[in-house]
Amino acid sequence: MILSIQDVVKRYSSHVALDRVSLEIPKGKIFGLLGPNGAGKTSLIRIITQITAPDEGQILFDGEKLSSKHVEQIGYLPEERGLYKKMKVGEQLIYLAQLKGLSRQESITRLKDWFIRLDIKDWWDKQVDDLSKGMQQKTQFISTVVHEPKLLILDEPFSGFDPINANMLKDEILALKDRGTSILFSTHRMESVEELCDSIALINHSKVVLTGEKNEVRNRFKAHQFEVLFEGNLTQELQGVDLVSLEMSGDQVSKKGIFKLQEGASPNQLLGQLINQVQVQKFQELIPSFNDIFIQVVNETN
Amino acid sequence: MNKILLVIKREYLTRVSKKSFWIASLVAPLLLTAIYAVPIWLATRDKEVKQVAIWDGSGLFEQKDLADKEIAFQLLKGDVSQIKKTFDKQGFDAFAAIPVDILKNPQGLKIYSEKNLSLSLKNDIERMVQDKVREILLRNAGISTVKYKETQVDISSDTITVSKQGAETTSSSGGAMILAAILGFLLYLTLLLYGSQVMNGVIEEKSSRIIEVIISSIKPYQLMLGKILGVGMVGLTQFLLWIVLTVGLSTATSKLYNAPSRMATVANSSHSEELKKSVAKAESSTQPMEELNKVIESTNIPLILGSFFFYFLFGYLLYSSLFAAIGSAVESAAEAQQFTFPVMIPIILAFILAQFTMQDPDSNIAFWASIIPFTSPINMMVRLPYGVPAWEIVLSMILLVGGFLACSWLSSRIYRVGILMYGKKMTWKEISKWVFYKG
Repeated sequence: MILSIQDVVKRYSSHVALDRVSLEIPKGKIFGLLGPNGAGKTSLIRIITQITAPDEGQILFDGEKLSSKHVEQIGYLPEERGLYKKMKVGEQLIYLAQLKGLSRQESITRLKDWFIRLDIKDWWDKQVDDLSKGMQQKTQFISTVVHEPKLLILDEPFSGFDPINANMLKDEILALKDRGTSILFSTHRMESVEELCDSIALINHSKVVLTGEKNEVRNRFKAHQFEVLFEGNLTQELQGVDLVSLEMSGDQVSKKGIFKLQEGASPNQLLGQLINQVQVQKFQELIPSFNDIFIQVVNETN
Repeated sequence: MNKILLVIKREYLTRVSKKSFWIASLVAPLLLTAIYAVPIWLATRDKEVKQVAIWDGSGLFEQKDLADKEIAFQLLKGDVSQIKKTFDKQGFDAFAAIPVDILKNPQGLKIYSEKNLSLSLKNDIERMVQDKVREILLRNAGISTVKYKETQVDISSDTITVSKQGAETTSSSGGAMILAAILGFLLYLTLLLYGSQVMNGVIEEKSSRIIEVIISSIKPYQLMLGKILGVGMVGLTQFLLWIVLTVGLSTATSKLYNAPSRMATVANSSHSEELKKSVAKAESSTQPMEELNKVIESTNIPLILGSFFFYFLFGYLLYSSLFAAIGSAVESAAEAQQFTFPVMIPIILAFILAQFTMQDPDSNIAFWASIIPFTSPINMMVRLPYGVPAWEIVLSMILLVGGFLACSWLSSRIYRVGILMYGKKMTWKEISKWVFYKG
């Protein structure tokens, strides 16, 4: 575990931001931190980045109690991006890298590599003010990863990127993961959760309401429903199965039915009964999307 | 510690590499040098020689008496009304008619000119006539001119402070006042100037949102301290530049003016009399400078400079930490204005109190103003040239350091909460709550 968050409580004068939050964040994986606005994600991130301290509970970083020496092993890209506007890109990145404990020489070498890799060599002497928003985002991403942190915290990393740059960023994130970086990924965008995350935790109203490995969570939310495309008419009653809906499909020849298995029934039972009556063209289980899971869980816990 | 140095370096270099810093560093010494050099220049430059016609009804004036460096007088004979009509055609700038009874009628002198007469030319003509008339009046009264001149002595005094132990130090209260005023004003200016620079720096970090990235690398108090020290060093650099450039420039200008005048003396000895006059004029215009030199000789310069450094440093640290706290609580410079006022009040108050301190450096007001931390930097600097008992200086310094520690503690409590607060309308009540927030 790169992070072991144990019973963390954070109170502000008017409300509790984190209420006994416990999470295990595995090494070398991408961990999605989900939750509606104001759920407590930023509070938790600020405690991990040691911007604030928890009122109760503790956090272990790679097995050790989290302390200021771990600052250099964490890279943090906040949701609200920002750079010194009147500073040159190169000097600014050197400064930020030095604050993370790199020597000046080392930061220059590494930054030059990144500039070549992201194809932005001629930005070095530009003032941040003169960069477009997307360019600033790239610059800031470099500042987050240049010290090769063990733990990378990305808060809505794709906001403000065009599709091409977003894709490039995604590839960089996956490359970092392949090199062993653990990534904590906070987002609202469920499609990037499906695409990138290995595990997730959902926070709502200051509490962890759902956590687990991605496919396992998805399985947990399976409704045992199957979508079947077929030709012909269902004439006999189906055993152990409820018909949820039935409609003509787009070509006006085949029909699309959604069936829900009753307790104890298997997909083969459904398929067996269908084959006897109709021509089955397509048979697939309905897997819930994270969007559905998110909405369902948040509504349930509200 | 290493990271504070990084912050200091960045704050320092970004400011020192700005054009505005160098403009400010150059303009102030140039202005000061100009104040010093312009009177000398005016006194020594070659003026356009004015042509003045004189009609002398009294018969007291002779052409050989009428030598003057700036005005070429020419005695004319003839009809006054005729000369009045023609003097400007003959190339004269002015025409002075001296009445027959000038000795009895000092108001009888009439000066005619085509354009409006310049005040200095009018004065010069009047002085020329007056000198001659006085000389004759003295002679008529039987007083020798030389004797009379001997009676026109200048009285000036040396003021001497006598300590309780009986030791005497020559002081110059006029000069002390000048030195005190300069030092006090300099402190007042820099406290405001660099304090608000710190505040704007904090606002910049907060409004550009880089703050969150920075404080995920270093502690907020490290950032605050680094910023304050970095800007403070910019201030010290600027002082240093001001001193070096002012001294350098004024030395250079005085050399520049002395060299040609000495050469001129050798080249043209007949003009030496006039040159002496003009140099004397120039010297009298630099009298405040000499007065200042006198004070500098009579006062304890290491003490003054050391104290100035100390009071600048801790006064600046105290106020700039308060400015930093204000910067952290707001999101724009415009919003900051209502909060800066309470911090400006003690600075302005200190400056006002300094006027009283200057008039009476041993009064109760002066004592308390130079002891209480918020007003002591300016007021103690104002008092120092007059001599202050050691225990008062030590007490004032200790209290100032204590005041700084208290203020920076308070400020860092506000700062660490404020920099992460967005979209809230700030009130003093809200800000005071932050002081008691945990971690």
